[in-house]
Amino acid sequence: MANVLLIIFTISLLYLGIAHRLFTYIKILAFQGVLLFGIAFIELIQINIANLTFVLLETIVFKAIAIPYFLNYVIKRNRITRDAEPYLPNFISLIIITLIIITTFVLSNAIADERISKIYFVVALSTLFTGLYIIVTRHKIITHVMGYLVIENGVFILSLAVGNEMPMLVNLGIMLDIFASVFLLGIFVNRIGDVLKDVDVDQLKNLKD
Amino acid sequence: MTGIYLAGAFIISGLLFFNRNKTYNYLLVIGFLLLQIGFTIYEYLHLHTTELNYFTADALAILLLVTLTIISIPAMYHSYVYLETKQDNPKHRAIYFAAMVALLTSISAAYLSNHIAVTWIFVELTTLSASALIYHRRNNRSLEGTWKYVFVCAISITLIFIGILFLSFTLQQAGTDDLSFAVLIKKAPQLNLFWLRLAFIFIFTGFTAKLGLVPMYTAGIDAKDKAPSPAGAILSSVLMNMGFVGIFRIYTVMANSPLHLWTNHVILIAAILSIFVATVYMTKVKNIKRMFAYSSIEHMGIVMLGLVAGGVGYYAAILHIIFHAFIKSSLFFQMGQVYRIYKSKSIYDVGNYFKYNLTGAIVMLLGFFSATAMPPSGLFISEFLIFRSLFEASYLWVLIVVMLLLTVIIWAFGKNVFKLLFSPAVDFKEDNIEKINPMESISQFILLGLVVYLGLNPPQEFVTLIHEAIKNLPH
Repeated sequence: MANVLLIIFTISLLYLGIAHRLFTYIKILAFQGVLLFGIAFIELIQINIANLTFVLLETIVFKAIAIPYFLNYVIKRNRITRDAEPYLPNFISLIIITLIIITTFVLSNAIADERISKIYFVVALSTLFTGLYIIVTRHKIITHVMGYLVIENGVFILSLAVGNEMPMLVNLGIMLDIFASVFLLGIFVNRIGDVLKDVDVDQLKNLKD
Repeated sequence: MTGIYLAGAFIISGLLFFNRNKTYNYLLVIGFLLLQIGFTIYEYLHLHTTELNYFTADALAILLLVTLTIISIPAMYHSYVYLETKQDNPKHRAIYFAAMVALLTSISAAYLSNHIAVTWIFVELTTLSASALIYHRRNNRSLEGTWKYVFVCAISITLIFIGILFLSFTLQQAGTDDLSFAVLIKKAPQLNLFWLRLAFIFIFTGFTAKLGLVPMYTAGIDAKDKAPSPAGAILSSVLMNMGFVGIFRIYTVMANSPLHLWTNHVILIAAILSIFVATVYMTKVKNIKRMFAYSSIEHMGIVMLGLVAGGVGYYAAILHIIFHAFIKSSLFFQMGQVYRIYKSKSIYDVGNYFKYNLTGAIVMLLGFFSATAMPPSGLFISEFLIFRSLFEASYLWVLIVVMLLLTVIIWAFGKNVFKLLFSPAVDFKEDNIEKINPMESISQFILLGLVVYLGLNPPQEFVTLIHEAIKNLPH
């Protein structure tokens, strides 16, 4: 069952590549949060109950509810236009993300370790590289934050792979999630929208030699 | 005492944030400095004791903690001077001091931690507190600098976390669960090599954002430029030392494993590229603070070369880190005075500094000689030892290339500093220049003098501590 959820997660990455509107990105992030809740529930059954409740609560409350709500608020407040403004056409994005997934699949065959399930590695790495790709190929600053959140989801999946033996690492991953996303979004909500009228990364080119 | 220190420092930071009264702020800051000094003395007397299960005062931690305490006193003093000469905004002052206290505490805790995950938590905290400092002037360019710093550091922190995850994969063969550095060093020969390589690459890349090496040095340059000068001094001295501690500890693990040579090659590439990047930008840059920031990158590259070369290079690398912290922070403190006189950081707008601020100009001249490693600066000794270790390790071509690049750097640095000191300023109105009290430059003379003293005549405890710090590396 966990494998099915992981595969659906990978498919959501492909959907991320072809989405046009920012609100679709937010819905995909919320959906990924729910999928991670399911995967955590199935996989981490061996750690103690308090830790498990904490992990599950974090995925549902933070990833699936609070952060999408925050992002919605930021977009409405700063009156950011609906389009995601990619540098490359969406069809090319789809091909590139497919290539990323295939490459990580081939790379994962080089791993000769039986204790780590290969599918976790493939999904985690593809999510990581897809997140990096989204950061690099979109005009808007808010999509940088969304790409970072996708990377965080990938890191969470990677930490689930060892979650049973070392639950502390899963907790650390959650802390990273909370700290960094709250902080990034905090700056965003407060300042960037007010100061930079046109939320484009071309605005961020003033500091250079 | 570590628990008391951490709790006390964070309480002071919280009180500073909420309390906007000026005298109260200054009293709390003095209280924090006393706490920091007391904590350093306590840790020095309790070498090698472990507290709270995660904090061990080993030799490297003690050396860098003493460096931090020595630098934090003039940093707070110059922050007081800086805030006095600006308009009085109580909220911004409160946030500034609260962030400074939080930053210094997180850096101290990161030095002391003996577990890689605890180091990681405190590195994350330094990102948050440093960004509050960078944003202090609250204009567009500061905001851009802050955003870039937070974003690049967040990505780097994530990379370090992925490296920690891979490190946990390596442990499964060795049959343990513990990610503390002592256990990792002991079990290093038995770790799974494939995962160890990946772990090292991710952790190293993540820490280069704090240390200031290729590839993630970019955010630090904007950060040191946009932060107020006293905060820039902290960011470019003790914060880089924290990046060094992280890389040094993981390097010790790798050096005890079969992957020592491979690790050396990875770090060598990064170090040479960093010195190259620093050279290219220093010849181009027109902003004095950015020039200092790029000079920090070059010094960190040299330190990493010392680590790679081995032998006496290990000793020289730690010496270089400590001296560089003192010199770079004194240059940044002096930069605050330069900005108050000329109201500009560009070399086009400055000149004839001897006329407007005699003590400051002498500090700048001495600082230039110290930073470019001319005798009697202690950096001369550490750089000479690093070059000797590169020669003894048969990295001859590396040595030649690095020396050529350093010559270009000395030329670029000198060109800009001599313009500041000796050439007449163009279009500079001499009517309303601020008078700078010569007493404000005393801290910089003390720091530069300390470097000369420690270089020429280091006390025996200092030398013993450095040898203690490098004892786990294979000789």
